[in-house]
Amino acid sequence: MTPANTRTTLVKLTGVSKYYGNIRALEGVSLEVAAGEITCVLGDNGAGKSTLIKIISGLHRHDAGSFEIEGEETVLANPRAALDRGIATVYQDLAVVPLMPVWRNFFLGSEPTRGRGPFRRLDVGLMRETTRAELLRMGIDLRDVDQPIGTLSGGERQCVAIARAVYFGAKVLVLDEPTAALGVKQSGVVLKYVAAARDAGLGVVLITHNPHHAHLVGDRFVLLKRGVMAGSHTRDSITLDELTRQMAGGSELDELSHELARVAQSPQGTGDTPYDQAAHRPADRTPRDERDA
Amino acid sequence: MSGASLPADERLAPASLARRLLGRPELGAVAGAAAVFVFFSFAADSFLRAASLSTILYSASTIGIMAVPVALLMIGGEFDLSAGVMVTTSALVTSMFSYQLTANVWAGVAVSLLVTLAIGLFNGFMLVRTELPSFIITLGTFLMLTGLNLGFTKLISGGVSTQAIGDMEGFPSAKALFASQWDIGGVTLKVTILWWLALVALATWILLRTRAGNWIFAVGGGADAARAVGVPVVKTRIGLYMGVALCAWISGQHILFSYDVVQSGEGVGNEFLYIIAAVIGGCLMTGGYGSAVGAAVGAFIFGMTSNGIVYAQWNPDWFKFFLGAMLLLATLLNAWVRKRAEARA
Repeated sequence: MTPANTRTTLVKLTGVSKYYGNIRALEGVSLEVAAGEITCVLGDNGAGKSTLIKIISGLHRHDAGSFEIEGEETVLANPRAALDRGIATVYQDLAVVPLMPVWRNFFLGSEPTRGRGPFRRLDVGLMRETTRAELLRMGIDLRDVDQPIGTLSGGERQCVAIARAVYFGAKVLVLDEPTAALGVKQSGVVLKYVAAARDAGLGVVLITHNPHHAHLVGDRFVLLKRGVMAGSHTRDSITLDELTRQMAGGSELDELSHELARVAQSPQGTGDTPYDQAAHRPADRTPRDERDA
Repeated sequence: MSGASLPADERLAPASLARRLLGRPELGAVAGAAAVFVFFSFAADSFLRAASLSTILYSASTIGIMAVPVALLMIGGEFDLSAGVMVTTSALVTSMFSYQLTANVWAGVAVSLLVTLAIGLFNGFMLVRTELPSFIITLGTFLMLTGLNLGFTKLISGGVSTQAIGDMEGFPSAKALFASQWDIGGVTLKVTILWWLALVALATWILLRTRAGNWIFAVGGGADAARAVGVPVVKTRIGLYMGVALCAWISGQHILFSYDVVQSGEGVGNEFLYIIAAVIGGCLMTGGYGSAVGAAVGAFIFGMTSNGIVYAQWNPDWFKFFLGAMLLLATLLNAWVRKRAEARA
């Protein structure tokens, strides 16, 4: 762990803005990512989370403000440049190429080769073995690294992508809604790997709209709303309830608590609930959970 | 092996071989080729003769040389409808440049290579620049090249075909490279068969054992994911179109040096034969999946069918019907096989 007095800031955004034509996607956003820390970016759909990570990962350039990597002002030309500076991004939907085998996905874009000249070729043996070993290290025991990665569950795919970033020596890991499409159990598995990456000394940017997941692992929290910052907190200065409240806010929160109250009632099974218990049970078991079991 | 110590292998072992075969993109094509072969062996007496096989291999090679880069392009998620006429363009450029401007056909061959690669570059550049569907862009190139082929030929030679260049310097050596043939035990083998097999081997090597091959699969299977991990998507796409152009050049030189004249209207419709061969060979229309060997088998099926109908003394008018039916069957078989292969999770 990095002691507090020797925190090394890896990425620092100050007053960053991004416009698409006359649409303000992001304005005056500041955030800091330090080694061995998790910075959570929270916000509802359309809050500017995606735009923010696209700037950090080199897909878009910011229009105003400053973007520093390890204290050096930077404009990233493309994702390759971001990778070269140690910033790896794992996207929710497009982390992997589904039809390709796991081992080809693991090394995609950074394939090791052997031989020279026209005989320069992929080091297939190394690629297969490394993939298997690295995934096993993260607790994913694959039957076959040759299977198309699309046959893995959503959580496993996220974990492969994270394992890949860690293996290739990323200093900063940007995770775009890694738990958004996952069941409870798989979300837990992914969050465990996020924490493992942090313990390995990486700086992590975790994008999420789930304050519960964020508060479980986060050290700092940046709240976005309609493209501007709605708050910036450290873990010590905010409770989960407060974080949830800030994210939802006002009438939305009332509605949420109303819904939560109804959910809390139903398991008691008092007999006058609108749902028959037996008919209700199968719906709790999503296909995803079954695959995971 | 470290793999042997892992318990994971126990689960893998039982269904391994059958599953692995099912997972190969070529499987549908190989099954189809076997069926067509058996069928014509019974339907046509002369089908199994050595001379017939050499003819079949030759027509397979003329389609196969182009089916290989077209398959790579389709694995990369794109189409090239200009591939058929590009072959003719390439032959016309060699012929007319040599005849009009120099005394040596090799100069024309070199200029043709540059021109054809430039057309491939144009296709690729337009694709990555405009981000329009490749179907539309190469349809445009197809029409433009068709017009240019006819227009320039009439303008320069006054007819729809080029002047004969058979008596020009360098013709024999160029013919040896692009259109020679050998008699081995009474069987004529054309050099295109060697070109074809070499290209299949090269393409397979590139696809399965080089970084570029990994990128081709990735660009076709998920371009955004590929870009996000640093794959040079633009370069890969342009490279694929230039690969098609390179093979169109080889094909074009073969046509020219086989006959020494070129008909300017040739090649139209061949682009579909290349695509059919690639699809029969297991390439997905949506990209990200397929093989060069499969495309070669697809071309072989084409060669067997087109000649088998003649040997069986049927009316060749029916050929296209068989080709169409085969395309549908192969696609259905491929879809079924892939579903089985992916359902193993």
